[in-house]
Amino acid sequence: MISVEHLTKCYGDFTAVEDLSFEIGEGHVYGFLGPNGAGKSTTMNIMTGCLSATAGHVRIDGYDIFDEPDKAKKLIGYLPEHPPLYMNETPVEYLTFVGEAKGLRGEELRQQIEKVIAMAGIEHMKHRRISALSKGYKQRVGIAQALLGSPRVIILDEPTVGLDPIQIIEIRDLIKELGQSHTVIFSSHILSEVQAICDQILMIAHGKLVAFDEPKNLEKQLLSSNEIVLVTDAAGDQLDQILSQVGQITAVSVGAAEERRTTAHIKTDCRDIYDLSRAIFLAFAKSDHVILEMSLKKGNLEDVFIELTEAASDGIAPGESDDAGEAGESEVGKA
Amino acid sequence: MIAVLKHELRSYFHSLTAYVFGAFLLAFIGIGSLIYNLQAAVSNFEFVLSFGCLVFVVIVPILTMRVIAEERRQKTDQLLYSLPITTTQVILGKYFALLAVYLVPLAIISLYPLLFSQYGEVYLLTSYGSILAFFIMGAALIALGVFISSLTDNQGFAAGIGIAVILLNYYSVSLSESVSSTAFGSLAALAVLIIVLWFVIRYLTKNEPLAWGICLVLYALIMITAWLDDTRFEGLLPAIMTKLSLFERFYVFVNGVFDMTGIVYYASVIIFFLFLSIQSLEKRRYN
Repeated sequence: MISVEHLTKCYGDFTAVEDLSFEIGEGHVYGFLGPNGAGKSTTMNIMTGCLSATAGHVRIDGYDIFDEPDKAKKLIGYLPEHPPLYMNETPVEYLTFVGEAKGLRGEELRQQIEKVIAMAGIEHMKHRRISALSKGYKQRVGIAQALLGSPRVIILDEPTVGLDPIQIIEIRDLIKELGQSHTVIFSSHILSEVQAICDQILMIAHGKLVAFDEPKNLEKQLLSSNEIVLVTDAAGDQLDQILSQVGQITAVSVGAAEERRTTAHIKTDCRDIYDLSRAIFLAFAKSDHVILEMSLKKGNLEDVFIELTEAASDGIAPGESDDAGEAGESEVGKA
Repeated sequence: MIAVLKHELRSYFHSLTAYVFGAFLLAFIGIGSLIYNLQAAVSNFEFVLSFGCLVFVVIVPILTMRVIAEERRQKTDQLLYSLPITTTQVILGKYFALLAVYLVPLAIISLYPLLFSQYGEVYLLTSYGSILAFFIMGAALIALGVFISSLTDNQGFAAGIGIAVILLNYYSVSLSESVSSTAFGSLAALAVLIIVLWFVIRYLTKNEPLAWGICLVLYALIMITAWLDDTRFEGLLPAIMTKLSLFERFYVFVNGVFDMTGIVYYASVIIFFLFLSIQSLEKRRYN
């Protein structure tokens, strides 16, 4: 449906997007994830024809956005980061203009407007001035605008920013619903959001694509940050001795021993964390010490995200470096 | 284009802009015809128009200041870029909407000569010839205003620059009488103009080498011409200032001559500035 080939965008000396290539198929919800300033908005602006590219191509259903903008843009509904609304109009007036500009006329236009107003849930607000609406409703009017003309691709740039939790949930539900009949691409820097509603995730950092996969595969890809927290009655040296019988442990840090308990954080690089916990359990059972508490911390998408974006900032391909986690700490803060 | 046109018209007539513009134009022309046609009992309506064209200095920038600047400020220009319409359609739609707003008071004004002719002899041909020229001159000034509005995202700035430019244009003929007509004076003025051009090119393209290139080529051309024959520059500056005056062309119509070169001149000004506006809008995609 959408193919992006070797897309590059430079602002003077600054390269916002660098040699970005990916293919997006029909249907599903795609999440565009990246820290602030990663190039998400720039990429979306180029994909929708709002911005030119320094190099590369974007094709929507085979139509090049630069060479045949008319045909390509008809297939896209776009909500930019700041909803582009005319403040002194009502939603109906605004949608009428957008619909006419998209080539809808007469009865078809009227029906489409009714439909998107219902989908975006702004029936009660449709005759109020947009400037008087709350931020959440403004966002919905923006979404309604993108849905007009039922384009096959809907691109939403950070649609949930600045909304209250209930509004966020409503917008997410709407996105999920749209994903059943349209290709939806939406950007966010909130991981849980992307994780919750996307079928596929594109991670972008420093203008480069660092990952493109299903959420669960991305979690699997994470190797270095699985951790087991153990509370036991064994004292420090006994603990060390017991754990030395278990393989696959990369690091153990023993916390301060309280009266009858010791807390230990065990790091591992083994793929299946349950294998390790089983081995630890058996080792303790053999040694007549008990495990008072054991919790498994599986690496989550957040860790993948940090690892991948930091690896990109260090100029190392993801997964090649184990200590990327420490090295790039400050980079995330900056981004 | 029709969608943009309808949308703009709706926004003009929903806000005060169209009414303020119309009211000012009608009031000024009304005062003019009161003084000339009623009190002084002159039967030439065109004199009223030549008196009234001063009002353009204020009302055209007020009408055009928001046309593109406001889109930028509200970030609605992004919507226009993402819709399946071209920037040419956007500019033309907006321009025709402005012309429609301008035509409403003008339609009322064009009844005046007919009205006056009921009570005495009015030269209808020169009156309507002048009204037509008045319309086209206004249209040219509006095109200039659209371009100025496309340069900034600040309405006030657009209005200020618009007033300054149109005022300068209005007085350029009187000013031309007091500027130096020697070859050296013209050369100096051209040199200053080229420096201004350097800033404009650099601002618009953000490309310093290009600005230097164009300006150095122009300097070289002037130097060579001056070296070959410096009498060519005598009186050049006042001549240019007179030629550039949109208002001076209009007075030819007022004097009873329907000057086709004037019409062509206005049409070229319109096309030139609309073209620049389209480029200015298109440029935003590239920075």
